[in-house]
Amino acid sequence: MREVLEGSMAVARTVARCRPGVVCAYPISPQTHIVEALSVMARTGELADCEYVNVESEFSAMSVSIGASAAGSRAYTATASQGLLYMAEAVYNAAGMGLPIVMTVANRAIGAPINIWNDHSDAMAMRDSGWLQLFAADNQEAADLHVIAFAAAEELGMPAMVCMDGFVLTHASDVVELATAEQIDAFLPPYRPTQALDIDHPTTIGTMAGPESFTETKYLQHLRFLDAAEVIEAWSDRFRQEFGREAGGLVARYHPDTLDRDREAPPADPEDLTVVAMGSVIGTLQAALAPLRADGVPVRLVGISAFRPFPERALRAALGGSRHVVVIDRALELGSGGVLTGCVGRALAGTRSRIHSVVAGLGGRPILEASLRDAVMRARAGGMRSLEFLDLKQGGVPVPRVGATEVAR
Amino acid sequence: MRQVRIHGRGGQGVVTAAEMLARAGFIAGHEAQAIPSFGSERTGAPVVAYCRFADTPLRTREPVLAPNVVLVQDPTLLASDHPFAGLATGGLVIVNTTADAGEARAQAGAADVDATVITVPATSITMEHLGRPKPAAAMLAAYAACADDITLDAVQSVFRERFPGQMGEANAAAAAAAFAHVRAQLAPAASGGGREA
Repeated sequence: MREVLEGSMAVARTVARCRPGVVCAYPISPQTHIVEALSVMARTGELADCEYVNVESEFSAMSVSIGASAAGSRAYTATASQGLLYMAEAVYNAAGMGLPIVMTVANRAIGAPINIWNDHSDAMAMRDSGWLQLFAADNQEAADLHVIAFAAAEELGMPAMVCMDGFVLTHASDVVELATAEQIDAFLPPYRPTQALDIDHPTTIGTMAGPESFTETKYLQHLRFLDAAEVIEAWSDRFRQEFGREAGGLVARYHPDTLDRDREAPPADPEDLTVVAMGSVIGTLQAALAPLRADGVPVRLVGISAFRPFPERALRAALGGSRHVVVIDRALELGSGGVLTGCVGRALAGTRSRIHSVVAGLGGRPILEASLRDAVMRARAGGMRSLEFLDLKQGGVPVPRVGATEVAR
Repeated sequence: MRQVRIHGRGGQGVVTAAEMLARAGFIAGHEAQAIPSFGSERTGAPVVAYCRFADTPLRTREPVLAPNVVLVQDPTLLASDHPFAGLATGGLVIVNTTADAGEARAQAGAADVDATVITVPATSITMEHLGRPKPAAAMLAAYAACADDITLDAVQSVFRERFPGQMGEANAAAAAAAFAHVRAQLAPAASGGGREA
């Protein structure tokens, strides 16, 4: 059934239909609506056979998730920003212990200065933690990705983050069609843990590994991560066949002219400038680039759906012969450049590609279609540096353009 | 595509109004999207939210920059919040006020803007039916009274669904009253109303 739902509600209902055994979360904007909705569903019984655990911090939320998962339960939590950083130690442990926890990250900036609005700094700070990181382009995909995330995480024995842009998606209402409980029951296998703490058969999960075995442990973890690409693709394919819409995958391709998501879209051509992006800015790019294409500008769009594992091969395949790339970066490695650009650059090493990093939308700055079109045209004209900040204001404290800020005041 | 911007104050239900508008637009057969803006959540602070309708799926996430329709839920924002900014030529502005359209324009410094300005005493209508200063249903009904994008039925049904029971009925009654008020204003025989093209 197609309906208008707030993004957070779409995610909460879908998570409930995935039948988690334990939900443990601590509220933080902009993730709060998700766990509030789940707590209501736990009370009303819509979220049945689930223990909803209240804790006093994000560190505890992840620790409880680890305990629940290690005891054999399907475990879910959600967080954002400082909350993700506060649980960072446990985040790494969940991955090292091979526990398939699923966590929504409602992407938000990290202070100081304190800022509650959207960018990707939080998830990017956890990019090396050993979690799958799947990014949603819109609220339909945000909801759908949770089904794929549980399936892939549990097959792999690895935890998965579903990253959705805070406020821009979590608090926006869109027309969505949620997977029903029956559909998810038919699609998502029941959780059968490959390792579970059992009092009758005691084992240790997360033991100490000394210098003699730590390298090998990390090597094996890395190999497992390389397997993850195929598993994510396989579950995303199954999802498309079952539900008739695309979600997840490694890299999203878009039809050259309609800019519709289209897995059959041809790779970009040598004369194309390709814009690479991740998250909700893809929607704005779809709207912004269609008129350029109509005017004959050779520009293509490629979306990164899985940031971890980073889909180097799928990205190169989608870029085809295109050697001129503009990366829209929603997080900044201070002293270096855009985070996504670094990964794209490594994927394209040796291809003699020209790569521009456009840092955009930090701390909730709206990303405007006109600014994106301007960036594309400047890059094509050779007027763009390797690192730029979109709509950077200069010369003192700026006066916001009415309607052009998330908070017009 | 139709783009709507809603101005109000924290506590008036601006974000709810945008969401309800998207739901009503969806019922009317449109693709719909509501985008709230969020600040430090302070009661009484100016708040803006956006809504879009289209016949094809909505993809952009940019805030509404050039609205076709602006709803002003609090007349004290006319002078300070630039509600006419970016308004598409010939756009529609609906103001919750007891003043007439000419006064509303004057307060907004928009005497000469090419727009249709409609006024509706949404707060007093809402206080009468709901007893609380949450004029969203009345404002959306006023919009339904002067454009085809949404209908009064759709506005009433989304509020009944969101607020089951007495509060939903009170919102529906406020919506009906505001709709009737604006329709009377728009009727050719009306005189002394607030409409001014």
